[in-house]
Amino acid sequence: MSKLTKHWLPLAFALGALAAAPAAMAGKTLDGVKSRGQLVCGVHTGLAGFSAGDSAGKWSGLDVDMCRAVAAAVLGDAEKVKYVPLTAQQRFTALQSGEIDLLSRNTTFTLTRDASLGLNQTVVTYYDGQGFIVPKKSNIKSAKQFKNQTVCVQSGTTTEKNLTDYSKANNLNIKTVVFEKEEAATAAYFAGRCISYTTDASGLASIRNKVAQNPADHIILPELISKEPLGPLVRRGDDEWFAIVKWTIYGLIEAEEYGITQANVDQLKTTSQDPVVKRILGTGEDMGKLLGLDKEWMARALKSVGNYGEIFERNVGPKSTLGLPRGLNNQWNKGGLMYAPPMR
Amino acid sequence: MTPKSPPRKSSWSWRSRAFRGLVYQVVALALIGLAAWFLWSNTLTNMRVRGIQSGFDFLSQPAGFSIGESLYPFDSGESYLRAFGVGLTNTLRVAVAGIVLATILGTLIGIGRFSRNGLVRALCSAYVECFRNIPVLLQLLVWYLVLTEVFPTIQNAWKLGPFFLSKGGLNFPAPVWGPGELWLGAGLAAGAALAWGWRHRARRQFDLTGRARSMFWVPLALLLAGAFGGWLAGGASTVLDYPVKGEFAVENGGALTPEFLALLLGLTMYTAGFIAEVVRSGIASVPAGQAEAASALGLDRQLEIRLILLPQALRVIIPPLTNQYLNLTKNSSLAVAIGYPDIVSIANTAMNQTGRAVECIAILMSVYLTLSLLTSGGMNWYNARVAIKER
Repeated sequence: MSKLTKHWLPLAFALGALAAAPAAMAGKTLDGVKSRGQLVCGVHTGLAGFSAGDSAGKWSGLDVDMCRAVAAAVLGDAEKVKYVPLTAQQRFTALQSGEIDLLSRNTTFTLTRDASLGLNQTVVTYYDGQGFIVPKKSNIKSAKQFKNQTVCVQSGTTTEKNLTDYSKANNLNIKTVVFEKEEAATAAYFAGRCISYTTDASGLASIRNKVAQNPADHIILPELISKEPLGPLVRRGDDEWFAIVKWTIYGLIEAEEYGITQANVDQLKTTSQDPVVKRILGTGEDMGKLLGLDKEWMARALKSVGNYGEIFERNVGPKSTLGLPRGLNNQWNKGGLMYAPPMR
Repeated sequence: MTPKSPPRKSSWSWRSRAFRGLVYQVVALALIGLAAWFLWSNTLTNMRVRGIQSGFDFLSQPAGFSIGESLYPFDSGESYLRAFGVGLTNTLRVAVAGIVLATILGTLIGIGRFSRNGLVRALCSAYVECFRNIPVLLQLLVWYLVLTEVFPTIQNAWKLGPFFLSKGGLNFPAPVWGPGELWLGAGLAAGAALAWGWRHRARRQFDLTGRARSMFWVPLALLLAGAFGGWLAGGASTVLDYPVKGEFAVENGGALTPEFLALLLGLTMYTAGFIAEVVRSGIASVPAGQAEAASALGLDRQLEIRLILLPQALRVIIPPLTNQYLNLTKNSSLAVAIGYPDIVSIANTAMNQTGRAVECIAILMSVYLTLSLLTSGGMNWYNARVAIKER
């Protein structure tokens, strides 16, 4: 072999192989999750009640429970999840690139995100709105008093745009101070740099109870200036995975409607004669097979995390540290907006 | 009988070193081009396959967000391109001010390390060691924390004449830009041109005749006279926007926000530490004989540094100094951690609202590349100008 071919031929082969490589995974997320044996879930870096890790490295929260439900349905074990903490800037890129399978990070559903990012919005797991927190001694009763004021906000969220829209609509000329990290933004608010901090009302409750030195010194203003439907997102191009995540969450909501709880799953599996309950738990028709899963998929999810009502109560409900009322997040027949299409 | 010379090798043979070199260069260039094309086309293909929209058309869309501080007014209905422009001016504001202040401070500290006074030497060394070794992001966060805690609340704002100091920053009366101010600007420019012309002529006269003329006071007077003349020509307007203490904020007027001040202070102190070392190495590179000759001539320490040491040290100082200027400009991108709306912060918001991550990062990279190339180009020109021509 001449010197020429000895040196350049292997290189040419390598380059040819590289150029011929197909565009990476546009589908088949389910296969990836099953072969890896683990669901990779993108979550918040630390938002009490939604996704926060404790000192032992155990994650908990409403978004975390959605991940655990999907893992239980697909892999059989709610603990087979790897949590990837993501900032607001990183979250979409991480999902687009394939680093995570599911983004469960209190993300608002908007047209831009649905249409131009190559992502699909699954199910709204929390209907929220954007609010303001102010110090009690400022005596501010309404956001309309914010004329020419400075408000702290976090970068990379829908909050900035909503604040500007509200400021323009009410002619308030609000000055924004935009921080990359939420911790820096709340620190600036508590130091007195801004008159108010704005984010989703659930986030405000979390901050007031967990971060404020004296929660009673701060009040959350009554106005909600925007609609913030929060929920998990998946990549486009994989309708199978989209359906699995969607229907796992719908199953959790429908289970609450039909009275299936974490405690009575096993009992209802053997005793219930209601065809709806039997379909959900897999003792009647096999719904799981249509999704590419086995028939115990929903039963496992419910046994691991409970139904939607239990998830809500445990993480953000009136008895938890956030103390949020069900409000819009109640079942449709109890005055809320949670309406699961029938599992049939 | 002379021996016959060996036959000449054909220049296209593989045994010719020049030919081999040419082939290697062409192949290397082709490989780099291939890698770049592959990166580009793969990215575009992947984005299209996943349904991620791309393109720079979003720059003409209304931005939809407001910017906390800017040199000129920005409304949220204006385009993303204008928002990037505001971000760019914010970055330039802090970069230019930081470069000027850091150079002054760094030079003083660098010279201070040669002081005959032991305390000054020790303080300068301590400054350099302290500020060089702590990561700049931590320094920025500490400065911001200190400023927001130390500044008084709005209710207890310090007032000094028309100036207010509070957690909202340093508020000062701002000039209202009208036609009168344009005349002022024109007058200032004319004064600057006259001052430069005077200095140029003074230097030439000194070279030719040895007669020294004022290089500082007369040009300064010309500059101020030009500005004053322009102001008079513009109608001698005294309209200023005075800050007024409102209920929760100091309103109107211009403001140096705590974010800007913290960024400026942090970057200045950090880079000054590095510049001090650069200046020190430059001065140390001047042969000791020069300092001895200066004292033999009877020059005092100040004149010795200003006329003998620093000019000769410049040839060693300027290239690393360019590095430090570029570092300061790029470090200003950390502003987003403390809430200053520089171009990185604007790009982050634009990225989130439009989803065009690749495009926004490309814009950021080209902005910083352009700024850095301009800075280093300017410094190289200056370097060539002050280079000592060896005889």
